[in-house]
Amino acid sequence: MISVNTREQPWREGLNVQSLLDEMGFIFRHIIVRINGEYVPEEAYSARLIADGDDVQVLHLIAGG
Amino acid sequence: MIDYTKRTSYLGDLEKQRSAHKLVFEGSFNPGLPERGYNNRTLYINLSTRTIKEKPVTEQMKEIFIGGRGFGLWYLWNAVKPTTKWNDPENEIIISPGPLGGNTQYPGSGKSLVVSLSPLTDIPIDSNVGGHFGPLMKFSGFDALEIQGKAESDVVIFIDGQKGIIRVEEAPLESVDSHIAADIFTHMYAADEFDRRNISVIASGKGADHALMGCLNFSWYDIRRGVARLKQAGRGGIGTVFRDKKVKAVVVRGPTVKGDMNRPADIDRVRNTGIRLHREIHDNDDKQCHMRTQGTAHLVEVMSDYDLLPVCNFQYGSHEDVKNIASYTWGERFTQGIPDGCWLGCSMGCSKGADGHIVKTGPYKGHSVTVDGPEYETAAGLGSNCGIFDRDWILEGNFYCDTYGIDTISFGTSCSFVMECWQRGILNAERTGGIELTWGNGAAQMELLHQMARNEGFGAIVGQGVARMKKLFAEKGWGDPKLLADIGMEAKGLEYSQYLSKESLAQQGGYALTNKGPQHDEAWLIFMDMVNNQIPTFEDKAYALFYYPMFRTWFGLCGLCKLPWNDIVPADNYKTETPAKVPEHVQNYVDIFGAVTGKIIDKDELIRQSERVYNFQRVFNLRMGSGLRKHDKAPYRSLGPVTAEEYLSRQERYDKQLRELQGLDPEAMSLDEKIAATRAWREKQFELLTDAVYKRRGWTNDGVPKPEHLKEIGMDLPMLQEVVEKHL
Repeated sequence: MISVNTREQPWREGLNVQSLLDEMGFIFRHIIVRINGEYVPEEAYSARLIADGDDVQVLHLIAGG
Repeated sequence: MIDYTKRTSYLGDLEKQRSAHKLVFEGSFNPGLPERGYNNRTLYINLSTRTIKEKPVTEQMKEIFIGGRGFGLWYLWNAVKPTTKWNDPENEIIISPGPLGGNTQYPGSGKSLVVSLSPLTDIPIDSNVGGHFGPLMKFSGFDALEIQGKAESDVVIFIDGQKGIIRVEEAPLESVDSHIAADIFTHMYAADEFDRRNISVIASGKGADHALMGCLNFSWYDIRRGVARLKQAGRGGIGTVFRDKKVKAVVVRGPTVKGDMNRPADIDRVRNTGIRLHREIHDNDDKQCHMRTQGTAHLVEVMSDYDLLPVCNFQYGSHEDVKNIASYTWGERFTQGIPDGCWLGCSMGCSKGADGHIVKTGPYKGHSVTVDGPEYETAAGLGSNCGIFDRDWILEGNFYCDTYGIDTISFGTSCSFVMECWQRGILNAERTGGIELTWGNGAAQMELLHQMARNEGFGAIVGQGVARMKKLFAEKGWGDPKLLADIGMEAKGLEYSQYLSKESLAQQGGYALTNKGPQHDEAWLIFMDMVNNQIPTFEDKAYALFYYPMFRTWFGLCGLCKLPWNDIVPADNYKTETPAKVPEHVQNYVDIFGAVTGKIIDKDELIRQSERVYNFQRVFNLRMGSGLRKHDKAPYRSLGPVTAEEYLSRQERYDKQLRELQGLDPEAMSLDEKIAATRAWREKQFELLTDAVYKRRGWTNDGVPKPEHLKEIGMDLPMLQEVVEKHL
């Protein structure tokens, strides 16, 4: 299991940031991803693997009208 | 390719209309410019007593109320009694831009705040609006305009900031509809073509003559399009008050704007702070929110993707047809490549215009018009929430709402309510006079609007708003009153704005635990709460429902637009501990407040400034017979699923919550039992949230500001204590 925004989420071998965002429907263009507190730049989403037990934070910077 | 300079002209009778004007009364003043953001005087006009006078702005007024919404509330408090109703002559409309309003160096500095007693809620309403009126009035010499009393027949109030003349003229011939009135009065009162840019018009429309949800349009002259563009002070029915006073228009003719007319204490600091934000907008907007090309309509499909778009009267949060009204379709429909800021110097320029709309219904059928918008709220309110996923119908509704002076948010939510009543058999053709209010019926929506403007038929009933319709339907025996209460999306009498709050407890409070009613400009916490899970505890949510309403209130005190705060952020904002606050921009506001007014504040004092006015408004509500816990209740649909269809649409989520949050076994429960258990739990959560929020705001458990809290924030004024003590 991993934690995404402090909620438990299943983990699988080979899970990367981009596939996690796709699976969770996190499609908003302006988000911040941190894994165990470390910022992950957008260009690294596909390459950055997520390990079992990781604490993933996906912050949507959206603020309404 | 649409020619954005071409549209139907309404200027053919201008000379005849001008010659029909008769002077009712007039006054004079010495035009002047503000010093450090303030003129230190305001303008008072009484239409009943035919009085024009100047009032001084005291240091205490500036210290406590700052400007904008603060000045409006202060003047309104002094104008009305606890028994005053919205249509009593003593009710006022106060317009004030605030000390930072009129800056051209920092994006989003052209807002006016409008305050009045609301026809919908019977308590003070504040509504912010772009357009050039506030800054041009300020550069004519006034920090605020109070309009009190009622005229005997339709009048235009003309404030000539070039010559120092104020004239109140009978104006019998011009249309009250805003797209015409704004254009005619711009041409009528400008000395020449160049001078049109110095004119701004406030107008409303025929709809506001009768409906309680009337809005005000504030214009600015778009020199490239050659038309008066419109922005709306939409919420709470101030346009209805305006027309009840028989005001057809307020026109200001200011001096030609230059960059230093706010006469700030440190213009270099204002300029440098602004340059940094201009760069951010230039470099980042295309990667972030696309405000420059789509405006706030950029949110449409995002909300649907996250199950937050109101669909069919807030029953559902997404729809497969959202692609038809998605942001990119608006980007295609808006004219691109020409400046669209609703105030000078705003490089965000999100006031998009759809040129060449050929009107297909009503009195302007066949006319070619420029439609301002739609913004997100309008696209969702007139569109998805009514099951309408047709761009042309939304533009048609947007155009007519604006020109008739009708708030698109209240109308959208009222229309969606009656459409659901039709869906559930509460309404039928006999009761609606033959209008078939099926989901997606754009023509029916337009017929309601035209009837509203003519004050006839079922449309006139819809124009009274959701709260009064619920009461009326119940009285007539149309539908179960409990169901009507659950699905009628209003609180305090104001219709909900267009976000689904069911899955965000914090946003449920963000709507219901407000001073004026459920408008998202106090707090918009859905993503922080529901998606980001940044505020999991009651205390976290209570802090958010303290900080963000106070922070956003501050924009209304100063004459600023909220959008450049967090709809564009620095590229390195992610490095900060509190990216949702956008700390660099908070510092910008601290800096420009000091740079304009010369008063040095920090980010804590910024919040404290708002807290004073926010608590003043809460006590004002108490004074008017509202402002208690019982007035902060929410319709159940804003908290959870009312009907079986709603529950089933998210069954997996709701069943999971029964298991994980309540320890229940949904497999062993009937659907009715599951809906009831969900409701009981959610209503309890809302009460616990209310407890936490009141505590954090320094209020009693009944929602009354505690005397010691008022003292702590410097608001222990005897007039407030007298009101509060009655409720302790």
